[in-house]
Amino acid sequence: MLHGQWKKSLASDIWTRAKLALQLLQLDPGLGGICVRARSGPVRDQLVKHFDPKARKLHPTISDEALFGGLDLSATLASGQLVQEKGILATPGTLVLVMAERATTGLAARLAVALDKNQGHVLIALDEGAEPDEVLNPKLAERFAFHLDLSNCTISDTDTAGPKEHSVRLNDVFVPSDMLPQIIRTALELGIDSMRAPLFALRAARAHAALLGRDSVTSDDLEAACALTLAHRATRIPEPETDEEPPAPPQDENSDESGEDNETLDLPDELLLEAVRALLPDDLLDQLAAQKARAGRGNGTGAARKGNRRGRPLPSRAGRISDGAKIDIIGTLRAAAPWQTIRRDASGREGLQIRPADIQIKRFEEKSDRLLIFAVDASGSSALSRLAEAKGAVELLLAQAYARRDHVALVAFRGTEAELLLPPTRSLVQTKRRLAALPGGGGTPLAAGLMTAFEQATQASRRGLTPTIAILTDGRANIALDGTADRKQAAIDAQQIARILRANNTDAIVIDTGNRPEPALRSLAQTLNAAYLPLPRADAAKLSKSVATVLGD
Amino acid sequence: MTPFPFSAIVGQEEMKQAMILTAIDASIGGVLVFGDRGTGKSTAVRALAALLPPIKAIKGCPVNSAAAKDVPDWAGLVSKRAHQMPTPVVDLPLGATEDRVTGALDIEKALTKGEKAFQPGLLARANRGYLYIDEVNLLEDHIVDLLLDVAQSGENVVEREGLSIRHPARFVLVGSGNPEEGELRPQLLDRFGLSVEVASPKEVATRVEVIKRRDAFENDNAAFMLRWQAEDATIRDRILTARKSLTKLKTPEKMLTDVAELCLALGSDGLRGELTLLKAARAYAAWRDDTALTRAHIRDMAPMALRHRLRRDPLDEAGSGTRVARTVEEVLG
Repeated sequence: MLHGQWKKSLASDIWTRAKLALQLLQLDPGLGGICVRARSGPVRDQLVKHFDPKARKLHPTISDEALFGGLDLSATLASGQLVQEKGILATPGTLVLVMAERATTGLAARLAVALDKNQGHVLIALDEGAEPDEVLNPKLAERFAFHLDLSNCTISDTDTAGPKEHSVRLNDVFVPSDMLPQIIRTALELGIDSMRAPLFALRAARAHAALLGRDSVTSDDLEAACALTLAHRATRIPEPETDEEPPAPPQDENSDESGEDNETLDLPDELLLEAVRALLPDDLLDQLAAQKARAGRGNGTGAARKGNRRGRPLPSRAGRISDGAKIDIIGTLRAAAPWQTIRRDASGREGLQIRPADIQIKRFEEKSDRLLIFAVDASGSSALSRLAEAKGAVELLLAQAYARRDHVALVAFRGTEAELLLPPTRSLVQTKRRLAALPGGGGTPLAAGLMTAFEQATQASRRGLTPTIAILTDGRANIALDGTADRKQAAIDAQQIARILRANNTDAIVIDTGNRPEPALRSLAQTLNAAYLPLPRADAAKLSKSVATVLGD
Repeated sequence: MTPFPFSAIVGQEEMKQAMILTAIDASIGGVLVFGDRGTGKSTAVRALAALLPPIKAIKGCPVNSAAAKDVPDWAGLVSKRAHQMPTPVVDLPLGATEDRVTGALDIEKALTKGEKAFQPGLLARANRGYLYIDEVNLLEDHIVDLLLDVAQSGENVVEREGLSIRHPARFVLVGSGNPEEGELRPQLLDRFGLSVEVASPKEVATRVEVIKRRDAFENDNAAFMLRWQAEDATIRDRILTARKSLTKLKTPEKMLTDVAELCLALGSDGLRGELTLLKAARAYAAWRDDTALTRAHIRDMAPMALRHRLRRDPLDEAGSGTRVARTVEEVLG
């Protein structure tokens, strides 16, 4: 029984699967490429060598000139004639991107465009990421049909059997009419939204049939193709069906007679889904959570970094003169110095001789400043003492801010609304003046307070600061966002804004200053994914110390 | 490889409509397409290039000038003969350097001939055409600032490396991106005339059709192109007709009031919203072969012309498109 055998080998042996994927890629470069997640080692080398010994390597910091071609500056300078170099992308072939998890968004975008043009490039991305959130840029991963994790594969699992001979041309493979709807139903069932996924599944099925010398796609091909192309894209685990044995699968006959005359596949959806489910990673849900967490941060946007106004100089490094790079003149001279005698002799020219390879580029390390937003409850229940301590804590934190590069802002909420008492600042004098008169009393509009804090946090992160919100309160929310005294609506509003804050990955601390810990605040902290600190009768020193501890310095 | 035919794109009517409108009236000011990966954003933009009617330009002119007198001196053209050329659609890749975008000193000429010459950049090539930025929300800030300035003034000014050059750079900005990966600055958002949100179709039958056409395009290219080229030509003719009838289109005073009232009720920032909505509605009326602007046109165009100009409300989960639709309902009835 071919079907059962194949399934067993596929689900158990990653190496076989990897080899199959590569064979399919060889047959149909339109499948784009493969992402292999594994540490550098013999298994990985074996795989790449097996696929294409002549593969060319790309590294994550490859320049545009190397990719697309351009002026060969060194050769032009040396020969005095215009020397153009040809880019790697000019000739179709296999490209291996090493350390793919480090590829910048810019590089990913350029490679994605190259793959979109369908010029016969096949890209193997070797992802060496160690942490779950170090992965290949999703823009590029989207354009690959396959994704395999070889981290648990050892060299003894590998074999070097050459690719099989195939005699059937890809375009001659017949595709049964009901196959496409079936692929699409399966993809939808797995929560795959992209239209590229079913397209890859279709191509892979066709290639798989051709690989095995069939002139028509059978249910086997379809299962193998869907398992390889859909499993890693799944965003939800389909409901497992009841465990009973499916009634005698009709596809056994089909696969035996290679489907000469069958127009349809007759493969139940459940079986196809089962084949894919067998390959779903065990930690799918964790991975999805990690992806979500990453999504908010963006990748390579200027906004996150541009606010870094200062940088610590790092040792300079050899590099090319490009846009924005600063030349380290001393470093360059130092690099060129030892060669001066030889160069003078070789060229017969007097004076300082500097070659492109000598050029050293300045580098800076940047760290973004932090903004602490205190959202302080100034309602009747908290009253004046609470607020006084909060003010004290703000001043204490600011006093230490110079060393830690913190900015501080203060939002007070009372009555029906929140007020920004202190816009983000590092000025101690300004803070003292502004905090002197802070009125108290009224209801607890927690939602409004969070909202104002959120607005400040968004503005701050746009300016390149890293915001953290510290919420100081002792009671439950009792004023809704629209200012009405509705306890229930107030709680709903507060939770909703907390969810938005969390979705934006804003760090937060909830400090409960009540005499007894308030369960509503604990659950708010959970929604915020924040630390919850019950601190009854906290004074300014204690407060600032706790905040500093939670912030981790 | 020829791009996928525009007319063969299944569904995504709003996106297609928006792109056609910019082809009818370039002054609408570009399209922003936001949506998930694999929803056909890039396909549609690249398809647009093949769809657009050709333009008349001086052969070899780096900024695609229409008349011989407009050819810049630094181009050094000897013969100034006009020819038909396809409307330029220029890709601006992420991480493109400032040199490549604005143009810079021509290193080749400087090194080999010792001449100080200007090498035009992407902005020059995009003049009178389209500039396409994929993943526009991930674009680096200094490039964004540069684009904002040029998109506003329609002129690219280069002052660097001892060069002092200015040349026209009027283009339609087309951007696409995935909003989950990063936000677009409000200033850049405002520069786009229209914005559309795309999602992949949810019905199995539609999805099957998408894959079928894509598969036919890749495996049986010649026959597929033959079939859809005629459809593309129909759209192209309609665009040309609409361009002509746009000048004769009547705009009743009442419609201007409607547009102003709508924008006031929505609280959209600035006056660009009103202008764009009016232009888009007029282009839409011309496309539909109507002789006068009516409320129906404004109602249909309001979401794509205004949805990206609203103040963001983090509590509004329905998205700003729904907010616009609701206000349209209230104001225009």
